[in-house]
Amino acid sequence: MGNDFVVPAIVAVTLVTVGIGFYGLRLARTTSDFLVASRAISPTWNAAAIGGEYLSAASFLGIAGLVLKYGVDVLWYPVGFAAGYLALLLFVAAPLRRSGAFTLPDFCELRLGSRRLRILATAFVIFIGWLYLVPQLQGAGLTLATVAGSPYPLGALLVATVVTANVALGGMRAITFVQAFQYWLKLTALAVPVIFLALQWQADGRPAVTPPDGPTFRAATTVVVEHRATLTLPDGEIREVRPGDELTFAAGDPVPDVSGVATEAGDWLLPSAAGNDDRGLFATYSLILATFLGTMGLPHVLVRFYTNPDGAAARRTTLVVLALVGAFYLLPTLYGVLGRIYTPQLLVSGQTDAVVVLLPGAVLGDGTVGRLLAALVSAGAFAAFLSTSSGLLTSVAGVISTDVLGRGSVRGFRLATVIAGAVPAVLALHVSGLDVSQVVGLAFAVAASSFCPLLVLGIWWRGLTDLGAAAGVLVGGGAAIGAVLVTVLGPPLTGWPATLTTQPAAWTVPLAFTVMVAVSIATRRRAPADVAATMLRLHTPETLRM
Amino acid sequence: MAKQLPDVGSGGTVPPARRSRIVLAEITRQDTRAERTRAELAQQTQVGEALVRGLVRAQLALALRLSLVVAIGLGGLPWLFAIAPSLGRTTIAGVNLPWLLLGVASFPFLIGVGWAYVRLAERNEQDFIDLVQRPEH
Repeated sequence: MGNDFVVPAIVAVTLVTVGIGFYGLRLARTTSDFLVASRAISPTWNAAAIGGEYLSAASFLGIAGLVLKYGVDVLWYPVGFAAGYLALLLFVAAPLRRSGAFTLPDFCELRLGSRRLRILATAFVIFIGWLYLVPQLQGAGLTLATVAGSPYPLGALLVATVVTANVALGGMRAITFVQAFQYWLKLTALAVPVIFLALQWQADGRPAVTPPDGPTFRAATTVVVEHRATLTLPDGEIREVRPGDELTFAAGDPVPDVSGVATEAGDWLLPSAAGNDDRGLFATYSLILATFLGTMGLPHVLVRFYTNPDGAAARRTTLVVLALVGAFYLLPTLYGVLGRIYTPQLLVSGQTDAVVVLLPGAVLGDGTVGRLLAALVSAGAFAAFLSTSSGLLTSVAGVISTDVLGRGSVRGFRLATVIAGAVPAVLALHVSGLDVSQVVGLAFAVAASSFCPLLVLGIWWRGLTDLGAAAGVLVGGGAAIGAVLVTVLGPPLTGWPATLTTQPAAWTVPLAFTVMVAVSIATRRRAPADVAATMLRLHTPETLRM
Repeated sequence: MAKQLPDVGSGGTVPPARRSRIVLAEITRQDTRAERTRAELAQQTQVGEALVRGLVRAQLALALRLSLVVAIGLGGLPWLFAIAPSLGRTTIAGVNLPWLLLGVASFPFLIGVGWAYVRLAERNEQDFIDLVQRPEH
C-alpha cells in the first residue's frame, strides 16, 4: 500500500489493452474478420492468445494463495489446469475444428440435428460463462482494493466496462492480439519478480520454509482479520476472531494455528492422503477429474479452435498452448512457498489470495525495486482479469447473438456483448462474499459433467442420440450445479456429505457418461441418419476434401 | 441452422484460362482410381464407410492408450503417496519428492505425451491418405 507505481501500471495495462483493441479494429473490415478473425491467425499467435485467455485470476492469484494455505495437496490445481489441454488435444481438438462448429450449441446441432438440444447447450454455455465471469470481476475489485485502497466496486466495474467496450468494438480479431500480449505480460509479471525474490531469499541466509517449530513472523506485524476464524495461540489459548479485529505480533513470534489452514509443517509439506484418509484421496481424485475433463467444456476455450485453418493446425496449436501454460504454472507455486516465509500474516488475516501482489513488497521492502516489482505483479493480475473476461464475454456474447437474438450480424453481436457483460457486473457487485477459487472449481466441475461427455461421445461414438445427450447433460450437469449450490448457499456440512458436495466431479462425471450412454442405447432409433457423413467430416484430413 | 462456412482449403479463384496438362496414360489411370476411392468415401459406400471406421478406431485407440499413460503416470501418484508415506518424506536437493513430481516434473511429462500424440495422430492420418490414394492393383 502507498505504492505510487501500482495505479500507473494498472492504467498502462488497461490502455494498452484498449489500444491493441483499436489497432485490431482497424484491421477488421468484414463481418468474417470481426467474428472469427478470418481464420488467418498463425498457430503461435493463436496459442499465446489461448494461453492468455485461459490464465485467469484463479491461476495468477488463486494457486499461490492455495499453496500458501494448504501446501502440496493443491498442486493438483496447476497440474490439472495444464492436463486439461492434453485431454482436449487427445479427444477434441482436431475433430472439433473439422466439424466447423463455432460454439458448443453449433456442435450439438451439427452432430445431432436437434434444436432443443441446442437450446439446452446455449443455457449451459451462458450459465458456465457467467459463473466464471463473476469471480474475475470480484478478483479485480479485491486486488484494486488491496494494492490501491480503492472501494471494491471500482475495480469490478472498471474491468467490466473496459472488457465490454473492447469486445463490442473490436471483436475476435482484436481479442486475439490482446490475449497474446497478455499471455507474455502475465508470464513476465511472475517470472521477473521471482528472480529477485529468490536472490533476496539467498541473501537472507536461505530461511527454512518449514522450520521445526512452525512458521514465525520475521518482523513486528499488525494483522487486520478479513475472514472469521478460530486461532489457537502458542500458549494454548483459543480465540475466535472476526473481520476487523486487529492482532499484533512481535518479530520472532510463532504464527498461531488457524482453523482450516495447514499450519503444521507435516500437513503442509506432505500429501494428506498419507494415512487412512479415504475422503482426502476421494477429494484429490475428484479434483483431478474436474480439472482434467473440465477444460474442454469451458465455452471460451472451444471458440478459439475455430480460428485455426484446419484440424492439424488445431492439434499443433493445442500442443503449443500446453507448453505455454505448463511453463507459466511452474511459477505460482514458488510464490506460495516463499509466502510461507515472508507473509505468514496472510494465514491469520485470511487474505491468502493476495500473496502474489503483496510478496514483492514484503520481501524486498519499500525501495524502488520492491515497488516497481509490486507494480509489475499488479499489472499482470489485471492482465489476467481483462483477458479471461474478454474471452468469456466473446463466447457468451457469440452464443447470445446467434441463439437468443437470432442474428449473426455485427450489430447483434454488439448488443449481445452489452447484455452479456452487464449481468455478471451486477452480480459481482452483490456477491462480494463468494470465494474465488470455489466458484472457479464449480465451473470446471459443471463443464466436466455436461459438455465433456457430450463432446467425447459425440465425436467418437456413432450411437449417441439427441435424447441421450440431453438426458446426460441435464442429469450430470444438474447434479454438479446442485452439489455446488449446496456448498455455496447451503448449511455447513461435515464428513462425507461435505466431500461429495465440495468436490462433486468424481461422481457427477461418471453419472453423466452413464446416463448419456444408457439413454442413447434405449433410444437407438433416434440416432441421426447422417452420422456416417458427420464422422467422415470430423475425422478425415482436410486434404481429402472434394 | 448449420451455417455454411467457406472452405479454406479451396480458397482462391479459378483462373480464367485453364492450362491443359499432358501426362502419361499410366498416371492418368492411377489418378482415376484414387478419385474413385475418394468418391466412395464421399458417397458413403461400404468400402468408404469401412475406411473411415478404421481411421476413427485407430485415432480413438491412440488417444485412449496415451490417456492410460497419463492415468497411470499422474493418476497413480495420490494412491502411491497414500500407500507409501515414506515416499513423501524423501527429499532430492532438499525438496520433498511430491513437490518435485507435481510442481515441476508433471509439466514436461504432459508436454511429452502431447507431442507423441500429435506425431502419431498425424501418422495415422497419413496412413489413411495413402490408403485412399493408393492405386488399386
